[in-house]
Amino acid sequence: MEKFARLKAIAAPLLRINVDTDAIIPSREIKRVSKVGLSDGLFAGWRYTEPGGRAEDPAFILNQDPFRQAKILLSGLNFGCGSSREHAVWALAEWGIRSIMAPSYGTIFYANCARNGVLPVILDNDIVEEMARQVTEDPEQNLIEVDLGECTVTAPDSTVHSFEIGVADREMLLEGLDAIDVTRKRDDEILAFQVRDRLRRPWIYL
Amino acid sequence: MGHTIIDKLWNQHLVADLGDGTALLYLDRIFLHERTVSIALKSLQTGGRRVRNPEQVFCTMDHIVDTNPGRSDSTRVPGGMAFIKTTRDAARAAGLNLFDLGDDRQGIVHVVSPEQGIAVPGVTLVCPDSHTCTVGGIGALAWGIGSTEAEHALATKTLVVKKPATMRVIFDGHTPYGVTAKDMILHLIGKYSASGGAGYAIEFAGEAITALPIEARLTLCNMAVEFGAWTGVIAPDNKTFEYVRGRPYAPKGKAWDRAVEHWRSLVSDPDAEFDREITIDVAQIVPQITWGTSPQHEAGIDQRVPDPAEEPDPNRRLAMERALEYMDLAPGTPLEGIPVNAAFIGSCTNSRLSDLRNAAKILQGRNVARGVKAICVPGSSQVKLAAEAEGLDRIFTEAGFEWRESGCSMCFFAGGESFGLEERVVTSTNRNFENRQGPHTRSHLASPTTVAASAVLGKLADVRKLDQQE
Repeated sequence: MEKFARLKAIAAPLLRINVDTDAIIPSREIKRVSKVGLSDGLFAGWRYTEPGGRAEDPAFILNQDPFRQAKILLSGLNFGCGSSREHAVWALAEWGIRSIMAPSYGTIFYANCARNGVLPVILDNDIVEEMARQVTEDPEQNLIEVDLGECTVTAPDSTVHSFEIGVADREMLLEGLDAIDVTRKRDDEILAFQVRDRLRRPWIYL
Repeated sequence: MGHTIIDKLWNQHLVADLGDGTALLYLDRIFLHERTVSIALKSLQTGGRRVRNPEQVFCTMDHIVDTNPGRSDSTRVPGGMAFIKTTRDAARAAGLNLFDLGDDRQGIVHVVSPEQGIAVPGVTLVCPDSHTCTVGGIGALAWGIGSTEAEHALATKTLVVKKPATMRVIFDGHTPYGVTAKDMILHLIGKYSASGGAGYAIEFAGEAITALPIEARLTLCNMAVEFGAWTGVIAPDNKTFEYVRGRPYAPKGKAWDRAVEHWRSLVSDPDAEFDREITIDVAQIVPQITWGTSPQHEAGIDQRVPDPAEEPDPNRRLAMERALEYMDLAPGTPLEGIPVNAAFIGSCTNSRLSDLRNAAKILQGRNVARGVKAICVPGSSQVKLAAEAEGLDRIFTEAGFEWRESGCSMCFFAGGESFGLEERVVTSTNRNFENRQGPHTRSHLASPTTVAASAVLGKLADVRKLDQQE
């Protein structure tokens, strides 16, 4: 997994609440048993004028320059709610998004981000909206910087905002760790749990 | 201080405390389906990793399979067959329990798992599907995960999880006629928003919950994720034990007695404290219907389409405006009476035998309105067989419904079947998102009885008044 330490980039404001994973990648855009080849389908329902088509809707933020180069997405409450499809994160990452900043996330989507080198930052809605305002004034100059080591976001006007993230998610992103390898180091503990548990709840062990 | 049911389930599965409220949790059961796990199984194989305890891993085919009679591996979903075949081959190679097409245990994962006694009280169960919280209705701690977490679960039998805050939602009082578990959960989401449960594990409790049959409890917990919750759970009781008894994978003999004794302890202690508590008087709930593109966009069937201008929050106002444009609805329009082109009964929310019976009661001796495309997709092959044994299929088909093979079907559009551009569907499913059921399809979520009544009248209907309106 790609490591995530620091990022200073163009941010695209998509200030909508409850952006669901069906909107991020419609099911009809998932055509192969693969984690790649999904960026074309990103936000397909909003990005293109016709269902299944590829004619861009110029009104959609990611079809506009310089937001085509955005690596950060600013959004509203409950981003990534709905379906568990990890394709949503794979599509965002493949398109170029490395960090999302929103007041809250769908739980499964949040976990999926951290496992794919995409940093989900939780910030108050007021902060996200104010940064969006600053970005919109001059998207190419008014970059947003995020530092996972320090757990801070620096707005274009240099205001620094701190954010919280779980230790396990933070470490996984910083080190680019493979979560399975990390847990495998606890194989003995898992086995010991099973031995104890089998005595306590024998019916579990089919 | 006492423990909540959530604390108890959590602590019983704690392998290691990783600090900061994060834990390595043991998983009793893993359930898979062909849409999101084909990639996980393939990736696991490529990485040279093996499934730990494959005998406790189950796999069904539901998301992509065709639901038309006489189906095979071929599906209308572009590339769909590859998902089915990859999953089948990988599941067989790994030695998993596979409920394949043609197996009478096949069906929608969250219908099958309690039906087969795989989800029983007290177990942890994960599945790469957001509606895994459904089986909280049986007293399991169950939650949806992504494909990468599914790989982790399969390889290690554990997951790294940050402990959520706890919430208790108490449904008090007696549910009025026409109000179902679906209406209760929609009402909760409408009142507290689609992110009202974000960051929480929720216990649903109270008189109205205790009164619910098990299948209705599954419906209620199914939409905990639509409330933004990590999961929802209902403490198991005698009704639960009776439901579980004798199911194929449920404990038997002495193991059954020990299990029940253990399950009786899975209740929140009287002095347990929750981080948040909400009480809802169910006597105030009427049959619910959604009018927009988020489950929080809902109201009683006797209400009108709300006016965004009256919404003080600017972000919500914007979302409402977008939703009404998508739904082609004007503020102030009475919800009852909005014409529909289609009706769908199915999905992990509302496709169990009791759902079909309730809808059949409405449909018996009646006909679907002219021009309405009506489809019923039983939640599992078992549900389909049981329904046919008591003649429900005939009631549906005689009324004008299509009667299908089980699967997720048109709950979502994957490039196969859809309801068509700008068609208006009244549906017993769980998501009314833009384009969810088809490009520009407009979905109104409701209970199976409301769907059946609306199909008969050809417009959104108040099931309580059906007799008067014919």
